[in-house]
Amino acid sequence: MDFSVLLTDLPTLVAVIIGVPAVLAAYIVGGEYLVRRLPDKARPSVRPWIWVAPALLLVTGFLVLPAIGTIGQSFQDNHGKFVGLTNFGNQLSGFPTGGSWIAIRDNLFWLIFYTLFVLAFGLLLAVLFDRVPYEKIVKSLIFMPMAISSVATVVIWKFMYAYQPPGQAQTGTLNAILNGLFHQDPRTWVQDTTLLFGLIPINNMALIAAAVWGIVGFSMVILSAALKGIPADLLEAARVDGAGEITIFRRVIFPLMMPTVVVVGTTLVIFALKAFDIVYAMTNGNYDTDVLANRMYKLLYQHFPSDYANASAVAVILLATVIPVLIFNLRQFRAVEARR
Amino acid sequence: MSVAAAAPSSSVAVAWSPKWITDRIGGVVLHIVVISLTVAWMVPAAGLLVTSFRLPADISNTGWWTALAPPFKFTLDNYSQMLSASNLGQGFFNSFMISIPAVIIPVTIAAFAAYAFAWMKFPGRDWIFLALVGLLAVPLQLTFIPVTTEFVKLGFTPDHLTSLGLPPFIPLWLAHAGYGLPFSIYLLSNFFRALPSDLFESAEIDGAGMLTVFFRIVVPLSVPAIASLVIFQFLWVWNDLLVALIYVGGTPNVAPVTVSLVNLVGSYGQNYQLLTAAAFFSMIVPLVVFLSLQRYFVRGILAGSVKG
Amino acid sequence: MHKLWLKRSLILSFVAVFTAVACGTSSTQNAGSVKVMATWTGAEQASFMAVMKPFTDSTGITISYEASRDQDALLTTRVAAGNPPDLAAAPSPTLLTNFAKTGKVIALNNVIDMSALQAQYSPGWITLGEPLNDGKLYEVYSWVSLKGLIWYDPKNFQAKGYNIPNSWDSLLNLQQTIKSGGTTPWCIALESGAASGWPGSDWVKEIVLSQSGPTVYDNWWQGKQKWTSPEIKLAWQTWGQILGSGDSNVYGGAKNMAATNFGDGGTPMFQTPPKCYMHNQASFITSFFQSANASLQPVTDFNFFPLPDITSQFAGAHVVAGDAWSMFHNTPQAQQMLKYLQTADAQAIWVKRGGKISPNNKVSLDSYPDPLSKSTAQILVATKIAKYDAGDLMPADMKNAYWSAVLQFVQDQSKLDSILANLDSIQAKAYTS
Repeated sequence: MDFSVLLTDLPTLVAVIIGVPAVLAAYIVGGEYLVRRLPDKARPSVRPWIWVAPALLLVTGFLVLPAIGTIGQSFQDNHGKFVGLTNFGNQLSGFPTGGSWIAIRDNLFWLIFYTLFVLAFGLLLAVLFDRVPYEKIVKSLIFMPMAISSVATVVIWKFMYAYQPPGQAQTGTLNAILNGLFHQDPRTWVQDTTLLFGLIPINNMALIAAAVWGIVGFSMVILSAALKGIPADLLEAARVDGAGEITIFRRVIFPLMMPTVVVVGTTLVIFALKAFDIVYAMTNGNYDTDVLANRMYKLLYQHFPSDYANASAVAVILLATVIPVLIFNLRQFRAVEARR
Repeated sequence: MSVAAAAPSSSVAVAWSPKWITDRIGGVVLHIVVISLTVAWMVPAAGLLVTSFRLPADISNTGWWTALAPPFKFTLDNYSQMLSASNLGQGFFNSFMISIPAVIIPVTIAAFAAYAFAWMKFPGRDWIFLALVGLLAVPLQLTFIPVTTEFVKLGFTPDHLTSLGLPPFIPLWLAHAGYGLPFSIYLLSNFFRALPSDLFESAEIDGAGMLTVFFRIVVPLSVPAIASLVIFQFLWVWNDLLVALIYVGGTPNVAPVTVSLVNLVGSYGQNYQLLTAAAFFSMIVPLVVFLSLQRYFVRGILAGSVKG
Repeated sequence: MHKLWLKRSLILSFVAVFTAVACGTSSTQNAGSVKVMATWTGAEQASFMAVMKPFTDSTGITISYEASRDQDALLTTRVAAGNPPDLAAAPSPTLLTNFAKTGKVIALNNVIDMSALQAQYSPGWITLGEPLNDGKLYEVYSWVSLKGLIWYDPKNFQAKGYNIPNSWDSLLNLQQTIKSGGTTPWCIALESGAASGWPGSDWVKEIVLSQSGPTVYDNWWQGKQKWTSPEIKLAWQTWGQILGSGDSNVYGGAKNMAATNFGDGGTPMFQTPPKCYMHNQASFITSFFQSANASLQPVTDFNFFPLPDITSQFAGAHVVAGDAWSMFHNTPQAQQMLKYLQTADAQAIWVKRGGKISPNNKVSLDSYPDPLSKSTAQILVATKIAKYDAGDLMPADMKNAYWSAVLQFVQDQSKLDSILANLDSIQAKAYTS
């Protein structure tokens, strides 16, 4: 292990740590300075653009232009010829098991259960931890899975779900509990397509559980920050009025946290639609666990040149499912604005 | 506010009353629930930690919990092999060189933009904001080929930058910034918008400019949100593998530590038990960042300032 | 007020950029460097570096090595963006052949020492590197491996008085004997993350080659022979005989096959009492045996016999695989490196470290560090009909469908017809674009 390189390159690192904020500060200070030299009337129309320009530039270059390109490609075949909705036809043919339908179904499972569990756990933990004196410790422990890279998360959950045939010593945590404590046969959690409640395949839930475990820290931290923004006297007043804890939560805490819940919920829904790492590494979409992002990855990188026609069609389907979420956000946004 | 008794639950005057008992039990139940939830949550990671001290033969044949009972067969092999991984020192340095700007740039730019979205009016503001939220959904894999093609055309590659004497990581900083901006702006706008307008009005009366309001009022009040954002962006960049490989590549002089650690495993997956030790090693820095930013998650700064 | 902050931040920025540039590492290139990309990580990376050390020592050329197990995504992006490495080694030639079709790699006929190549390599390995049938060499092989090795524990066989089968029929008989002795004869493991199913595909392709011969095999991977054709269907059914009805010949049945990682596949052979007696896998599996059970020794505790011939007309047929190199930039340094890699001396370095076989016939059999790798090399040298891994030659979506088909077949062998029909529909589209 050779850390001497850290010493020789340290000046560069320091230069970067100081330089980057300095450049950004220079930009905004310089921008404001220029705005001030404009006549009063012109200022409000120029100023906002100075503040949003860097963001818009970066986002356009890295996200908007490729996205537009993708949407365009979804209407062409792989040689650039316009083919209308053929690619979408390919992806949406053969309902209910052909084309992308299984992936769409699985993404729906992710959308519902991943979002629900992460929000619910995050909220629950934020509220409960707020009331214990050792809050910092337990928060850090729940947060720890976020610090683990997705490669390591897959390794962890492979250990959790490991399977040995019945009668053998189980090395997987879940099967050991199932076998040892409940005297049931071990299950192949990741391959098992048995339906829970006749609806959801167990293996999809297993993959979702692994992803949920990794991200609850995220929702807990943000919801906790919002929770702490609720003035203490408001809560005290409610308690003094004799309101029970649950009523306080329903009537005071949750409504005040609503905007943040919407932000976290929206982000989670979008993450659920983009789910990829866990599915790719654990099953590659086999055993009916496929998701749209995985299909797209295969179409892009297992061909050369990439199968842009079909990959972009899958991507557009993915982007389209986000639209209801955006509409919901727009409504919330307008409601908050009206109240201001 | 009613005149009803507002005594805290530990008031001696009402000891042993029904309310006092339920409060007490409520307290104990709370602790039990909190602690058991946390312990259950930790089981998967605990399994990994124990596994990282076991030999490959033991890992394959027995569950990790068996290591907690005698005979205790622990080993430091996995850690020592991991620490002698190729390029670990340089990888560590590269990770810092990548992560720090890749956090500063998006958080700062997002703060600028969120300020404008929350407190300035301009044409198309709501639609642009909505589009930004929508951009959260763009899968990154779609952007790799288009963006890197443009970069190569512009000569904006690590090799060319190094020959100019500039840090080779600039494309990667910009990429992480671009990818991280939608969420950052979304999150910060939410917090900035929740700040009461009277703060701004009174500041304007005092003659403070937009910059002063930003740096002296908005930022200090949004510290919990900014701290959360710093943590998330840092985590995402520090643990990232694919974006770094795409934008700067995996050669030893630029590869982050994630590359060194993931390459401990042979191409068939031999020695994957080294990943267990690697996981905990690479967790250290993000956890340190998280713990040091913990003190910003305190109540009180925003007291009285939050409105629905 | 603003002016002051503006001045301060501008000065700081200037100083910072100046320092960054001044301290920026300027690459002092004396003899130059080669940018190489491959999938060798971990111990294999160390072996590759050992191979290159004499080269860098004598020429002063530095190797800038990038390893990624996710080579598909990385290499595809780099090539598409116009920023490929100088040389790349791939475990599957399909990607490199696609690059050749689109003119992204350079023909090697005037780059490497062709006369030496033709003298030292058997023609099969050279033709493999000319995938476009235009006489131009696009891929050159440095290390190869043999598939269709049936691993067994000699002590177990001795204890029960089992003999090594030397024909397909005797293999089936042995299988039956073991089964009537109360143990499942086979261990098979299919889980492999994103590549799950590939070990089963090895079984099927080995059977296709040995049963129906090289012409059928070639037509099959080239997409000219349907999956529903009698020969291919027969191969799957033959594998079904190995699996037994309801997968009863395999330890743990379908569930265990699907859930067990391929690296752990052979371990049940070494338990007391053994849970199975035979395991079909390529030679890298030995490191997994020893990792799970440190006391195992080659030859005494584990050995192999090649998969017996099925049809006598095609006796001595084996499926092989290898690491293929392609060149993207014809720099003098890359040329030198590629020429070095084709030499017996270079290839022998890794051979001596164990884990690889060389296609260069000037590498003596004594370079092989243990009896097992030596026997593998001998078989490779003597093999009459060597055909490259069919899956690795198919287009990627066909290969992935093939792997998925294995997983489906194992779950329910009666669904073979619909599985094969589905493969046909994918075949119809995969070979066109």
